[in-house]
Amino acid sequence: MTAALSVQGLQVAIGTDASSANVLRGVSLDLQRGEVRGVVGESGAGKSMLGRAVLPANAVIAAGTIQFEGRDLVAMPEPERRSLLGRRIALIPQDPMTSLNPVKRVGGQIAILLRHHLALSKRGALERAAELLAEVAIREPRRVLELYPHEISGGMRQRVLIAMAFACDPSLVIADEPTTALDVTVQRQVLQLVERLRQRHGAAVLFITHDLGVVAKICRTMTVLHAGRVLEEGETAEVLAKPRHPYTRALLAATPRADRPAEALRPVPPALIENLWSEAHRLDRLVVAGPA
Amino acid sequence: MVDLALDSALGPPSSWIAGLKRGGPRLWVGAALVSVLVLAALLAPLIAPHDPLEQDLMSAQLPPAWVVGGDLAYWLGTDSLGRCVLSRLIYSARTAVAVALIAASLAAAIGIAFGLIAGSFGGWVDQATSRLIDVWMAFPPVLLSIVLAAVIGAGLTSVIAAIVVVDWTRFARVVRAETMVQLQRDYAAAARVIGLSRSGILRLEILPNLIPLVVTLLAVEMGIAILVEVILSFVGISVAGDTPTWGGMIAEGRQIVYQAPWIMALPIGCIITSVIGFNLLGDGLRLVLDPVQRR
Repeated sequence: MTAALSVQGLQVAIGTDASSANVLRGVSLDLQRGEVRGVVGESGAGKSMLGRAVLPANAVIAAGTIQFEGRDLVAMPEPERRSLLGRRIALIPQDPMTSLNPVKRVGGQIAILLRHHLALSKRGALERAAELLAEVAIREPRRVLELYPHEISGGMRQRVLIAMAFACDPSLVIADEPTTALDVTVQRQVLQLVERLRQRHGAAVLFITHDLGVVAKICRTMTVLHAGRVLEEGETAEVLAKPRHPYTRALLAATPRADRPAEALRPVPPALIENLWSEAHRLDRLVVAGPA
Repeated sequence: MVDLALDSALGPPSSWIAGLKRGGPRLWVGAALVSVLVLAALLAPLIAPHDPLEQDLMSAQLPPAWVVGGDLAYWLGTDSLGRCVLSRLIYSARTAVAVALIAASLAAAIGIAFGLIAGSFGGWVDQATSRLIDVWMAFPPVLLSIVLAAVIGAGLTSVIAAIVVVDWTRFARVVRAETMVQLQRDYAAAARVIGLSRSGILRLEILPNLIPLVVTLLAVEMGIAILVEVILSFVGISVAGDTPTWGGMIAEGRQIVYQAPWIMALPIGCIITSVIGFNLLGDGLRLVLDPVQRR
C-alpha cells in the first residue's frame, strides 16, 4: 500500500532569486495511511513551511518530490491538484480568528466548500453543513449556520474549521498549529475533536506544533525539525523516553512539566543552536557549490 | 472524556433590521433625500403643476408665491420666459437621476472588473492597468467630458459616456487596492487551500468583502455624476436645448440674477441637496452592509 504522504529530499526557498532564503533543506518524511505524525520544532524550523509546501502556498519548491497516495503533487497540473485540495487533502489552519471570511455567514462558507467538491444543491449543502457542525459537537448547529464568524467564539470558529477540513472525507489532514491561538481548556477539546474525527474518517494527520505535550497526547509518531532539517524521527513514546539527538534532549529539558519543579527547566543551550545553524549554512554552501 | 459540547451563549443571528438600525440618521436622511429625488423624477408628469416648456410672457419673472408680487399658480415663480420654475426643477430631476444611476453603475461595473483583474493577477497586468489609470487621471475630468461631449455630440448618451469614460478609474483604483489587501488575508489563503480557482475566490470570497466599499463609492459617484451633468448642461453640451436641466436653469438664471435671484438659487439648492443625499446614503449603507463594524 502506498503511503498517504511521501516527501523526499524537499528543499524550499522563499523570496525572489536575488534574496532567497532556504527554509527547508532536504526534508524527507513518510506518512502511512491513518498515521498521526507530530512535527515539532522551534519558530523558524520550517514546520509550517512543510505543511504549506504540500498545499499550494507561495513556496518555491527548489528540489525534491511530494507524493500524495503515489501521485506527484509537484508535477501535477493545477486543475488536478485543485480537485484534490479541500477534498482529499485538507488543512486545519493556525488562526481561527482570521481564517474565516468575515462577511460571510458560517453556513455560506461551509456551503462553498461542499458545493465546490460534492456538487450539492444550495439547500443540500446547508443540510450537510448542519450535520458537520453537529459532528464537531456544536449545539444548535442550524443557528450557528446563520451567524457571522465574529459572532461566535474562537473555540467555535476552530470547530467550524475542523468540520470543514473533514467535510469531504479527506485521507490527509494537515493541522498547522491548530491549538496555538486557543486557551488551554479549549485546546484540549479541539485535540479530542481532531482525534475523534480522524478515527471516524480514517485520515492521516500531519500535526504541526511546537507543543511537545500535544504531540505526546495524540501523535503516534513524531519528527523533530530544526533549521529545515529532520533531526530525529520515530515512535512518539520512544523519542520522548530515549531522545537520541542532543537537540531533542535539550527541547525536552526545556518543556515545563507538572511533575517537576520549575527550577529543573533548562533553556536550550545557545551553543547547540549555533552549531546546528552553522551546520545548516554549511549545507547551503555545499548545495550551491555542488552540481557544477 | 470531557463533554465536548459547547455551551457558550450565542447571540441572535444578525438580521436585516439590526443592520438598518446601525445605519443611523445618515441612512434615513440620505434615503429620504434620494427617494424624494427619484420619486420626483419618476412621477414628474403627475406632480408638476405646469408643462415645463409652456411659456407665458405675461407672467415672466414672477417671484415665488410667498414673496410680494408672487402668484399662487406658480409656487416657485417663473423664469424670464414665464415658464414654471417648480415644474422645470421637477423635470430636470429626470435627467439628473437617469445620468446618476446609469453612468455611475456603468462606471462601477467597468472599474470593478479592471480593479479585480489588476489586483488579483499582479505582475505586468497590474502594472499595465495601474499606468493606464494614472495617465487617465492626469487629464482634467471635466475638460475630458467637454471634449468627449463635443466629439460624440450632445445628448443623454454622450453625457453618460463622458462620465463613464472618466470615472471608471475611481472604482478601479480602490477595488484594485482592496483586492490586494483581501487576497493577503488568511481566509483567502484558506479558500485557495480548499481548491477554489482564482475566479472562484474572487467571486465567492473577495467580492462580498468589497461590497460595503463599492456601495459607498457608488453613492458618492452618483453625486459626482449629477455634478458633471450640471456642468455640461451649464455650458450647453448636455441634453437637447429644450429639455429642462438644473445646469441649464442656472445658466439662464445667471443673466438675470439681480432681478430674479430665485431662478438661479433654486436649482443650486436642488443640486446641493441631492449630492448631500447621495453621500449620506452611501455612508449609511456602508454601515448597514458591513457585518463586522470595524471598517
